[in-house]
Amino acid sequence: MKFARILAGTALAALALTSPAPAQDASTVKLALIDGQSGPNGFIGESMRQHLQFFAERKNAAGGVLGGRKFDVVAFDNKFDPQETIVQLQKAIDAGARYVFHGNSSAVAGAIVDFLEKHNRRNPDKSVLYINFAALDPVLTNDKCSFWHFRFDADVNIRTAAITNQIQKDPSIKKVYLFNQDYSFGKAVRAAATQMLKDKRPDIQIVGDELIPLQKVTDFTPYIAKIRATGADAVISANWGNDLNQLVKTGGELGLPVKWFTYFANGEGGVTALGAAGVGRVFAVSEWHMNVPEATSEKMAEEFGKKFNRDLFFYRLNTVITMLAQSMDEAKTTDPKAVALKLETMAFKTPLGDTYVRAQDHQFYQPLYVSVMSDDVPKKLEKTPFGFKTVGMSAAKETEVPTTCKMQRP
Amino acid sequence: MTSLSIGRHAGQIVWFLAIALALLLPELIPSKTALTKMCLIGITIVFALSYNILLGQTGLLSFGHAVYFGLSGFAAIHLINLIGRHQLPIPVLIVPLFAGLAGAAFGLLFGILSTRRHGTAFAMISLAIAELVAASSLILESFFGGESGVTTDRSVGPTLFGIDLVPQIQVYYLIVGWGVLSAITMYAFTRTPLGRMATAVRDNPERAEFIGYSPQIVRLLSFIVSAFFAGVAGGLAAINYEIMTATNLSTAASGSVLIMTYIGGASFFYGPVIGAIVISLIQLSLSDVTPAWLLYLGLLFVITVLFAPTGIAGLIERHLPPLRARVLHHLIPSYLLSAAAGSVFAVGAIALLEMNYHVTLNAHEGPLLRLFWIQVDTTQPLAWGVAILVTVCGFFLFRRTWPLVGGAWNEIDSRLRKAAP
Amino acid sequence: MLEQLAISTLNGIIYGMLLFMLASGLTLIFGMMGVLNLAHASMYMLGAYLGYQISKTIGFLPALILGPLALGLGGALLERYGLRRVHQHGHVSELLFTFGVAFMIQEAVQMIWGRIGVPYRVPPELDFPLFRLFDTPYPAYRIFVLVLAVAIFVGLFAILSRSRIGLVIRAALTHPNMVGMLGHNVPQVFMLVFGVGAGLAGLAGVIGGPIFVTSPNMAGALGAILFTVVVIGGLGSLPGALLASLLIGLVQTFAVVMDVSLDDFIKAIGVDAKAGNILGDIQHTTIAQIAPILPYLMLLVMLVVRPRGLFGSRDV
Repeated sequence: MKFARILAGTALAALALTSPAPAQDASTVKLALIDGQSGPNGFIGESMRQHLQFFAERKNAAGGVLGGRKFDVVAFDNKFDPQETIVQLQKAIDAGARYVFHGNSSAVAGAIVDFLEKHNRRNPDKSVLYINFAALDPVLTNDKCSFWHFRFDADVNIRTAAITNQIQKDPSIKKVYLFNQDYSFGKAVRAAATQMLKDKRPDIQIVGDELIPLQKVTDFTPYIAKIRATGADAVISANWGNDLNQLVKTGGELGLPVKWFTYFANGEGGVTALGAAGVGRVFAVSEWHMNVPEATSEKMAEEFGKKFNRDLFFYRLNTVITMLAQSMDEAKTTDPKAVALKLETMAFKTPLGDTYVRAQDHQFYQPLYVSVMSDDVPKKLEKTPFGFKTVGMSAAKETEVPTTCKMQRP
Repeated sequence: MTSLSIGRHAGQIVWFLAIALALLLPELIPSKTALTKMCLIGITIVFALSYNILLGQTGLLSFGHAVYFGLSGFAAIHLINLIGRHQLPIPVLIVPLFAGLAGAAFGLLFGILSTRRHGTAFAMISLAIAELVAASSLILESFFGGESGVTTDRSVGPTLFGIDLVPQIQVYYLIVGWGVLSAITMYAFTRTPLGRMATAVRDNPERAEFIGYSPQIVRLLSFIVSAFFAGVAGGLAAINYEIMTATNLSTAASGSVLIMTYIGGASFFYGPVIGAIVISLIQLSLSDVTPAWLLYLGLLFVITVLFAPTGIAGLIERHLPPLRARVLHHLIPSYLLSAAAGSVFAVGAIALLEMNYHVTLNAHEGPLLRLFWIQVDTTQPLAWGVAILVTVCGFFLFRRTWPLVGGAWNEIDSRLRKAAP
Repeated sequence: MLEQLAISTLNGIIYGMLLFMLASGLTLIFGMMGVLNLAHASMYMLGAYLGYQISKTIGFLPALILGPLALGLGGALLERYGLRRVHQHGHVSELLFTFGVAFMIQEAVQMIWGRIGVPYRVPPELDFPLFRLFDTPYPAYRIFVLVLAVAIFVGLFAILSRSRIGLVIRAALTHPNMVGMLGHNVPQVFMLVFGVGAGLAGLAGVIGGPIFVTSPNMAGALGAILFTVVVIGGLGSLPGALLASLLIGLVQTFAVVMDVSLDDFIKAIGVDAKAGNILGDIQHTTIAQIAPILPYLMLLVMLVVRPRGLFGSRDV
């Protein structure tokens, strides 16, 4: 008797378990975005969703793919958790998505790659392709590389190549301090930077090599004192979030005269958090930024800003959508395997230069800009008086790094 | 603890029905998404039940229960990898048992430190241990695999009765099997002398000591048992997801299991089961419906604490005596009235919240918002006016009708008293 | 070396004082009511956002007064209409209640000010280097924070030890029932303490916001550290909270400057050990790397060895 209610409850729960069956619509191609959409860091996933929607709609307006089929972007909230990702991924696949987009967190990326390797092996007729456009751990295109994974962002090593290219050209830099977070990603930067600096500028002295616990430090002043004591001219840091903003801000507050070579300072919320402390000091790497003088992207940025009241950032997603559509058109199907085979050998010319996918590890190469935060630029970011200004550029070829990938092909 | 006096057999029948339903669910709902969700819920149920051995039975508030879930999950992953590498003759099916043993071992280790004390001190120690383990998970890379965690392939082991664990459905039945086994064992544990002593220690440690039991030892044993079943859940998670990462042993995961147990009802054995199902479903599905789901979750905690401090199970138990006395129907009119008023209030409040979210976060989608089944134009003052009016009216209606429920209960209670000899 | 030492000490003290401002309210609430207020760090965040908003529209000085007042009022109302009702259901209920409130503050902040942080800056009147410490120009604002925090401590301590209400609060810490029987309105004292605690957290937010980044995730990291301070200092003890805050501030600032690992020690004693796997990981870990988890280690040791904390009058 008393458990009758539980039974009723369980039955109700069972009803709640069933999502309404999606209508398999032959006129659309579903693109699933799996990323964190809620919580304190939810704005990143939200921004990704808006970017993806924006570029997909542009492509649709220009005629779509395969003679008129439209891209349809659906977002799934994985709450930044790898296990939750797997549930959401299954949901996306059941909803008919064969293309999965994801950006935040290499842990989640690893989980997706792992899941899809097994899923595609167990369901060869229902294979799914993973487009990674922001998870930067080099392992994804090295030891853990997969046929079903494409990375459309410059990974840590490639970014380090662009940064060290810039340092190579700057004779004022004599002493470099490495400042990274203590996990696989920070360690990758540290190794790559040490090696590349040795190759490109053997005269440079690495005066410090710090690994700080991830997102745990609340006061950065002692680190600033430590950096100052070494007399460093430049700091290379792949920190993100608070670990980056707080570091640079405290440095500015205490008047530390160094150049910050960062990987993420140009990300959303960056200039707002850094403020005047970053001007002329904070350098960042990106495939594009607001002040690249190029007409089509400028127009795109303006449209995007008007629509979403936010700055265009993921320029690469435009390239991704365009190349994906072209691969589908060439393969004459949306089957992920056929599309992947086209995509992995594709060379593509954007208004900014030549780009290509390296078939060996599915890493995408594109021209990279090194830019510095500045208050003297035409396009400002996030309604602050600051923006980024180009100081150097590396062509796609100049950033190529070796890979250890031995890809298992289906 | 479930009171034995009422409908012993009815209770057993419902348990059997629930288990049968769990076994039949994949047939009833042939969807892979549902299967994935059910696997997650099954694991969560075991985890929440194990937590309730601490919270409900022994009265220990822990902020670090995910430590045992996570650590044994990692142990299970490494064991599966070891089986694969050396072709060990251990079927992956029984890995949860080893995971449970690993959990118990960690439980013994940390339990010696923490169970010397109870109450707030115990809670703080568990928090400290949780933070320490979470922080070292990024330092000890060879065991925790750093940020990307450790992955495995569950199908590497020797197959047993043709079960290779490749299809998800096999994993589901594995989870159901281990889940039912664990639930029965945990229920049996509440009936053992040790389980009874744990309750005694919860209620009055001094008196427990007078009759010759060391509260510390009892707490420690309870703690180990609880860690064992958390370990079983961790092992199941390792098999199900084939990946463990540091987020599995974070304090957030520990907080989540505390919430499930509390909302389900910590004073009843089946409370955590309900809590695990409800909260998991909210976490999995509400985020599809609204971007404000975290706000609603927060509201749910506050409302539960204020109006149903004994959890959902407590609400159910409250209704059983009138149901058996066949006077439950006297509540229906007041419930209906109150529910109607309450839902007017809820509709208004939800409309306001959603419109606010829409304006601040999704303005680019245009002024139109799909709310329930209608389109709302968020630029129209009228829409806001109506929403505010509905909310305010609903609030006052609810305040007027709520005392009716109290009145009906008073009446029922007096009837029940009269009926009782 | 001396320079590093001097700067680290000063910074450690300032960081510790900010922690103290948060912990002082929490320790009284925790000590008197036994409530683990999980929303305390969220109130700190709310304080920073209010500080940003008020200083943008009126000015920094009004923000310094209005922000904490608003939060104090909010805190008192929360105690009166929320916590007091929940109190009878026990500590877990209270805890979950504050947890729910923390969720709601978090979401409300994001709803009002957006999901990205806000540019809350040091007010221009205080944005100059006050003096040079060796080579480092030291910002005036940090000294301002230090002075304000010391003033708060002196004020609080004076009130608690000298005034009548302070006497009642101290009595309510140890013997709430007796105080109630003597005719004092204990619930009202609770409400007052909760309000003042929330106000202090708000004040810490208003002045801490410009130093740290004012963003929706600023509450996340702080919550657990605060409980550490409270327990190490001893429940309900203001001097204890001060000492523990400074201790943790200094430990965290000093430990990060130490690059020493077990490796170095082993080398120093002349053994060439090559441990693999986990042992290797432990060996290579420097003190700097584990600096942020030291507070939890201290908490653990304190609870096991001396559960009443540094200055506590009773066990946790």
